[in-house]
Amino acid sequence: MDKTDTGKNSIIDRIWSFFASVKLAVIVFSCISLTSIVGTIIEQQAASENNIKLLAKIFGISSAHTVYGVLDYLGFTDMFNSWWFIALLFLFAMNLVICSIERLPVTWKLVRQPQKPLGAEGFGAGSPGREVVIKANAENAGNKAVEALKKIGFKGEVVKSEGLVQVLAEKGRYSRLGVYVTHLSILLILIGAVIGLKYGVGGSLKLLEGTSSSTARANNGKDFPLGFELRCDDFEVSFYPESERPKDYKSILTVIENGREVLTQEIGVNNPLTYKGVTFYQSTYGFFPNREALFKFSVMPMNSPREDVSLKFEGSFKVPGTNMSVKVADFSPALAVNSKGDLFTFAESMINPAVFVEISEGGKVKSRQWILKNYSDTWRTPAGVIEFKDLWGAQYTGLQVRKDPGVWIVYLGCLVMAIGLYIAFFMSHARIWIRVKEEKDKTRLTIAASINKNRIAFDHRLDRLAAELEKTKS
Amino acid sequence: MDSSVFFGVATIAYILAMVAYIAYLAFRGGMVGVAATTVTIIGFVSQTIGFGLRWKEFSAIGGMGLLRSVPLTNLYESLVFFVWCIILGYLIIEWIYKTRSFGAFVTPIAGITLAFISIGGVSAEIQPLVPALQSNWLLAHVTMSFIAYAAFAISFATALMYLAVNTEDRRSFPYIFWTATIGLFAGALVAMSIDFITLKIAARSSQAFIQNYLFKATFRSEYAAVTAASFASLGGFVFLAWRYGDALRKLILSFSVTPDMLEDITYRLIAIGFPIFTIGGLIFGAVWADQAWGKYWSWDPKETWSLIIWFVYAFYLHARQMRGWRGNKIAVLAVIGFAVTMFTYLGVNLLLSGLHSYGGA
Ligand code: HEM
Repeated sequence: MDKTDTGKNSIIDRIWSFFASVKLAVIVFSCISLTSIVGTIIEQQAASENNIKLLAKIFGISSAHTVYGVLDYLGFTDMFNSWWFIALLFLFAMNLVICSIERLPVTWKLVRQPQKPLGAEGFGAGSPGREVVIKANAENAGNKAVEALKKIGFKGEVVKSEGLVQVLAEKGRYSRLGVYVTHLSILLILIGAVIGLKYGVGGSLKLLEGTSSSTARANNGKDFPLGFELRCDDFEVSFYPESERPKDYKSILTVIENGREVLTQEIGVNNPLTYKGVTFYQSTYGFFPNREALFKFSVMPMNSPREDVSLKFEGSFKVPGTNMSVKVADFSPALAVNSKGDLFTFAESMINPAVFVEISEGGKVKSRQWILKNYSDTWRTPAGVIEFKDLWGAQYTGLQVRKDPGVWIVYLGCLVMAIGLYIAFFMSHARIWIRVKEEKDKTRLTIAASINKNRIAFDHRLDRLAAELEKTKS
Repeated sequence: MDSSVFFGVATIAYILAMVAYIAYLAFRGGMVGVAATTVTIIGFVSQTIGFGLRWKEFSAIGGMGLLRSVPLTNLYESLVFFVWCIILGYLIIEWIYKTRSFGAFVTPIAGITLAFISIGGVSAEIQPLVPALQSNWLLAHVTMSFIAYAAFAISFATALMYLAVNTEDRRSFPYIFWTATIGLFAGALVAMSIDFITLKIAARSSQAFIQNYLFKATFRSEYAAVTAASFASLGGFVFLAWRYGDALRKLILSFSVTPDMLEDITYRLIAIGFPIFTIGGLIFGAVWADQAWGKYWSWDPKETWSLIIWFVYAFYLHARQMRGWRGNKIAVLAVIGFAVTMFTYLGVNLLLSGLHSYGGA
C-alpha cells in the first residue's frame, strides 16, 4: 500500500501493518482454538475438586494439585472470562477490521468501475463454439446479441468506441463486497457481546403461585431490581402419559407497575416474556406444600347448578341442595398404587395430584375417598360429581431473568452475517463481452467472459448464450 | 405402507447401485452407468418418501404439530438423514462434473449404513421431546447442521483421495497423514458396526448412544483383553493402510479422476457447507439457546467445539483465497476440518462428558 511508499516508518505504521498481517490472523486463530480446547477439558467455573480429580487421572495424584494451581493461576479454570482470552478476541477483532480496511479501497474501486470494452487480446483465446457468424449488419447483430443476453438473464448494452462495437453485460458487481459485510457482522456480534457483558444482568427468580416480587437474585448473589413488580398468577405442568417426563410447563405472569396491572402473559419453555428490556424465561418449577394453598373444586350436585368452591387444607364446604359437607383430609401430588395395592406418593411434583375427602351428613362421616385431578371417574361421590380442578398456591415457577441491552446488536450481527455469507458464497461477479465485427454481408460475434467463482455453472450459461445466437442465424 | 418399506427399497437399490457402479468401472459401459444412476435415483426417491412418511408418523404419534416432529431425534433417524444428504450430494456431483467415478465409493457407504441400521433393530419408537427441544429453531438448526456435516464428509473423502493420488513417498508427511487417517477411520467404522450388531441399539437417542454404548464392544469394553485387542487391531488397520496405500492410490487413479477435479470438489463442498454451518449450526443454535435458556452463548463444550470447526474451515477458505494455498497443504486442512467435526459430534459426548457430568438434556 502507499503507506510504505511515503518512506515514513512511524510507530503507527508499524502497529498498522502488525494488525493487517495475515500471519497474526493465523497465530490468533490457532491460539483461540487451542486454548478453547483446554477450556472444554477443564471444567469451567467449577468446584476445584472436580478438576483436581480429572487432573489426577491425567497427571497422577501427586502432581494434580500443582498442575491445578498453575492452571488456576493462568486463568484456565474460568478462561472464557479471563483477561487474556478477552485480549485474544480483541486482537482477532482488530486484525479483522484492519485487514478489511486495508483491502477495501482496492475492492471499492473495482466495484465502482463500470465494465469497459475488452481489448483485442481478451478475445484471442476465444474458446471454440463461442463464436457465431450471422447474416445481418452490425447494428442488427448487436440487437440480436442483446436479445440473446436477455434470454440468459443478462442486460446487455451496445457500446461503440473507436469504430469497434461491443455488447457488454455485467451482473453482481457488488457481490465483491460480501466479504466485508461478513467481516463487519463478526464485529457487530463482538460489540453486542461486550455490551451484554458490561451492562447486562442475569439472574433468577422463584415465584409461588399468587405471590409477586420486584427483585430477582442476580447470578453474583446481589439483588437485581426489576423496575416493576412481577406476579405469578398460575403455574401448570403436564407430563407424558405414564412417565415423569414433563411435556410442557407454563406460567401466567402479570406485570404490575405503580400498583396497576399493565400486562398479563402466558410464558413457556422457548416462549419468554420481555418487558422494559427484562426478559423472563421459564426454566424450572417446584412444589412447595403450605397451609395457604387453595384446593379448587367444581361441584355439580344432583339437582342444583354447578358451583366453584375453593378452600384450604382441612377446610370443608357444604354441598348445595343437600345437607352433606366435604372436608379435605389429605393430599398427594403424585398418587400411585404399588404391586400390593397400597397407595403411595411417588414424586415431589404434581404428576398425579389427588385429594382425600371426607363426606359427612349431619355431622357423621358417611364416606371417604380419593379424588384424582386427572381421572374423571374418581369425581363421582355420594354428594354428586366433585371435580378436583387444581391445588393453587403450592407450586412455584422458576424463572431465568435477563437484561441484555447488547442482544439486539448480536441478532443484527447474525442477520448481517447470514446476508454477507450468502453474498460471499452464492453470488458472483460475472461479465460478458460480445465483439461485433461486420464482414461483407455477415457479422461475426465473438464471446468473451469472466466470473470470480462458480465457473462451471457459468460455462453452461455461456453455452446457452452461444446456442441462442446460433438460433438467430436463420 | 409405512416408512420402513420405503427404507427397505432404498437399501436394496443402493446395494444394487453399488454393484452397477463397480461393473461400470470395470467395463466402462455406457448403459451400465445409466443403469447405476437410475437405480441410485430410485433408491433416493424411495428414501425421500420414507423420510416424509416417517415424519408424518412421528407427528401423528407425538401430537406436536408437523414442524416440531422432524424425525431427527435418535441415532437411527440421524444416520438415515445423513445417508440421504450424502446420496443427494453425490447425485449433484455426478450431474455437475459428468462423472460416475465416485459412485462405487459412495453407494456402498449408503447401502451398508442402511443395512446395518436395519440389522441393529429398526424401531419406530417415538421418544417424546422435553420442552426445551420443542422449538421450530431446533428443526432448522438440526437439519442445516446435518446438511453441512454431509458436505464436510464428502469433502473429507475427496480431500483424502486428492492426497492419495498426489503422494507416493511412504516417508513423506502427506502419505503418512492420509494413510493413518484412513486406517483410523476404517477401524472406528468397524468398531461401530460391531457395536450395532452386538448391542442392537440404533433406536436410542444419539446422545445416550454415544455416552453409554459407543465402542462398548471394543475400545471401551469391560474386559481389558478386548480393549487391548481392539487398540492393537486399530494399529493394524493403520499399518495396513500405510503398507498398501499404493494399491489404494492405483485404484483411485483407475477411476480416471484428476487431482484438479478433486481439489475443486473439496473446495466447493466446503464453500457450501461453511455458510450453511454458520447460519444453521452456529446462528440458529444460538437463537434457540437464547429462546430456551436466555443465553445465546455459554461456552459449553459442544458450542466451543463448534466454534473450533468454524475456525478451521474459515482458515481453510482464507488460506486458499488469500495465500493461494493449493495442493497437499490445503487438503490436509480439509481432512482436519472433518476430523474436528467428528470429534464435536462424537468425542465431546464420549470423552468430555465422561470426564465430568455434562450432557443430559
Ligand atoms: C472466523 C472469522 C472470519 C470469517 C467467518 C471470515 C469470512 C470471510 C469470507 C466468507 C470470505 C470470503 C472467502 C471466499 O470468497 O472464499 C473472507 C475473505 C477474506 N477474509 Fe475473512 N473471515 C474471518 C476472519 C478474517 C480475518 C481475521 C482476516 C484478517 C487477516 C480476514 C481477512 C480476509 C480477507 C483479506 C479476505 C479477502 C479475500 C479476497 O479478497 O477474496 N478474515 N472472509
